[in-house]
Amino acid sequence: MSISHTIPTYFRVNIDRDYCKKCKRCVTHCSYGALSFNGERIVADDSLCVACQRCVAMCPGKAIRVVQNESYLPPHGNYTRRIRNIIWAQSGNGGVLLSATGNDRPIRVIFDDLLLDACQVTNPAIDPLRETIETKIFFGRKPQKLEFTIDEKDPTEISLKTKLMPHFEIDMPIMVGHMSLGSISYNACMAIYQASKELNILAGSGEGGLHPDFYEYGDNIITEVASGRFGVDINYLNKTAGIEIKLGQGAKPGHGGHLPGEKVNNMISQTRMIPKGSDALSPYPHHDIYSIEDLAQLIAALKEATRYRVPIGVKIAAVHNSAPIAVGIVRGGADFLTIDGFRGGTGAAPRIIRDHAGIPIELAIASVDQRLRQEGLRDQVTLVAGGSIRYSADLIKAIALGADVGMVGMPVLIALGCRVCQQCFRGLCSWGIATQQEYLVKRLDIDVARNRIINLFHSWNEELKEVLGAMGIDSVESLRSNRDRLRYIGPNPKIAEILGVKHAGE
Amino acid sequence: MIENLVLSELEKRKAIEIDAAPDGIPLIYQDLNESIHEAIREGYDRIVLNNVCGQRFIAASLQGDLELIINGLPGNDLGIFMDGPKIIVNGNCEDHAGNTMNDGAIMVDGDGGDVIGLSARGGKIYVKADVGYRVGIHIKEYENKYPVLIFGGIARDFLGEYMAGGLIIALGLKFLPDGSIIENEQSICGGELGTGIHRGKIILRTEEDLEPKLGVGAKLFEIAPNTRKEIEPFLREFCEIFNIPYEMIGKKPFKVIKPISKRPFGGNYCGQIV
Repeated sequence: MSISHTIPTYFRVNIDRDYCKKCKRCVTHCSYGALSFNGERIVADDSLCVACQRCVAMCPGKAIRVVQNESYLPPHGNYTRRIRNIIWAQSGNGGVLLSATGNDRPIRVIFDDLLLDACQVTNPAIDPLRETIETKIFFGRKPQKLEFTIDEKDPTEISLKTKLMPHFEIDMPIMVGHMSLGSISYNACMAIYQASKELNILAGSGEGGLHPDFYEYGDNIITEVASGRFGVDINYLNKTAGIEIKLGQGAKPGHGGHLPGEKVNNMISQTRMIPKGSDALSPYPHHDIYSIEDLAQLIAALKEATRYRVPIGVKIAAVHNSAPIAVGIVRGGADFLTIDGFRGGTGAAPRIIRDHAGIPIELAIASVDQRLRQEGLRDQVTLVAGGSIRYSADLIKAIALGADVGMVGMPVLIALGCRVCQQCFRGLCSWGIATQQEYLVKRLDIDVARNRIINLFHSWNEELKEVLGAMGIDSVESLRSNRDRLRYIGPNPKIAEILGVKHAGE
Repeated sequence: MIENLVLSELEKRKAIEIDAAPDGIPLIYQDLNESIHEAIREGYDRIVLNNVCGQRFIAASLQGDLELIINGLPGNDLGIFMDGPKIIVNGNCEDHAGNTMNDGAIMVDGDGGDVIGLSARGGKIYVKADVGYRVGIHIKEYENKYPVLIFGGIARDFLGEYMAGGLIIALGLKFLPDGSIIENEQSICGGELGTGIHRGKIILRTEEDLEPKLGVGAKLFEIAPNTRKEIEPFLREFCEIFNIPYEMIGKKPFKVIKPISKRPFGGNYCGQIV
């Protein structure tokens, strides 16, 4: 018996025989093969269960319960169960361990250590139900000053002299993070794009090209140019609200992409413009970008290619030197800058990188915002920050720390039914989200999914307005970089210092 | 001058000449490209650019049946995202020519820089003489799209890295200033040849032992007769364009570099639940 078989399972599938009707619906729905019917009864193989809860949700008799397996491992505070399991898995397989979603280590979340300010007597609070609170923002490069020409004959005729760079308006400071067709299903993409159009927010295309069906949502889609250049052609560049050069991803800073050949079906092949069945490898670096000057060249090339019609941005992972890198990017001509924190999500990344590389987004936002302000560049660009913004509180705090737009990925998937089982890279998602298998994809109803996303962000936006009203602020743009409205209650004063936030009580 | 080749087509085309350096002062690339777009809007489909002096992004994302003749030295990213036009360069070109090109042709009557044809999905890039480092990196094929890169001279390190389809050929010739053509004494390519290649092929005209130069995932083969036949039309076209006697090509054998697998790194990862 191989040693890998001795890895204790995390979960246990309990089937209540009194309630089980033996309808085998659970067997059909379990895409991981953990449930089967042996002719007499439903049997579970706990070692295959990922606790995706699909069987639990689908069982008409409510007979199934997936519970935590009572561990028989001797307790050890240092060699935790997780570490022992990693060692067993690697000694059995000898490969780089894959993982999905975001960093799952229990590292303290800085957002949770921040508290919001509210008005009491002076600068009175605003009632968001009866007064206008503006949550729209302008996305793209903004001029530093405006110059006007006054008609010599008719001094009342004033026209704008400054040539404006491309920018557009979105109704909420929210962008659905880049998840490509390939990492998630057609139905999931469609739901996201439809919801984004309905809400007039942004959605990222990911680096896997843009399916022609999605062109009609292009005004709300930021397309991505990554090192693999998948699906990048003139249509892709023209049918979009903005283009982002992807240099890094929070879940895997410094790492490329790898869509395994078995996931490259007809549709993925067409969208990425690669042969069916071939691996889609994104090289680790862009091979035309080895310096800030090279990056500036690609930014300029994309501006030329799109005839200066759309904003061109750059996405980097939040790493130790994000601030100087960000300055280089903005000076290189980027109209917007996206930073993805170390908890950012992924469809597939080496566990070692997902769990250990990068820095928290809170610190990255604060240091990038601070440095850009010192350099006099902050007001020119739109700063998008994500990884991970879990709910509206995180969004509000991210904006107060210095972001213009919050980039949101996992919450959208959770709204669609994701149970965060972290098996996206296997392409077997039983909820029809992170899979390309037709019988699984059709489990996700586009209309239902779209409405759930609309509801989610509508509620976030309402909560944002509530908080802005309580702070006595009538526009989200006035909250941006407004760190005086935050206080720190965590254990480490150094964090408060980097964030530029006072301790509670100060 | 390759220009002669297309003279027969001249009658069909509406031609315009643009001076890229009026009064000896080079235009900035935005202005030069804007004047190209303006010419296209006016219906010109044969655009001759004179005195080009390092301007970047020439013909970026241009589409359709156009012909650009470049006299001078085009800068980086010549024909980036281009989809259809034909570019003839009477001179050398700099880095990243044909970057992410979808379709069309770039013919360079001289040397090419580094990273020529980065991620090109289709079209032809013919460079008469030598090219630099990381040429043909991540070129890919798709349906009827099949990028073909041919160099008359030699290439440097990382030729065809991450290659995901298409065809790269280097001939190892040397072009002397007096117009004569001889065999190049230098090695036909640098190291890390075809590292990470997972589709397509690299064909090198050489007698040298390429085995020590192969990168990860690349494998060396003798050329099969049907492959030789397959590349013949491309070679004939190349020789015709650059006035190379076709008989010269047969004087040395071809070697083929192909991927060991469509999934070179598939085995590096494992998905165990931990």
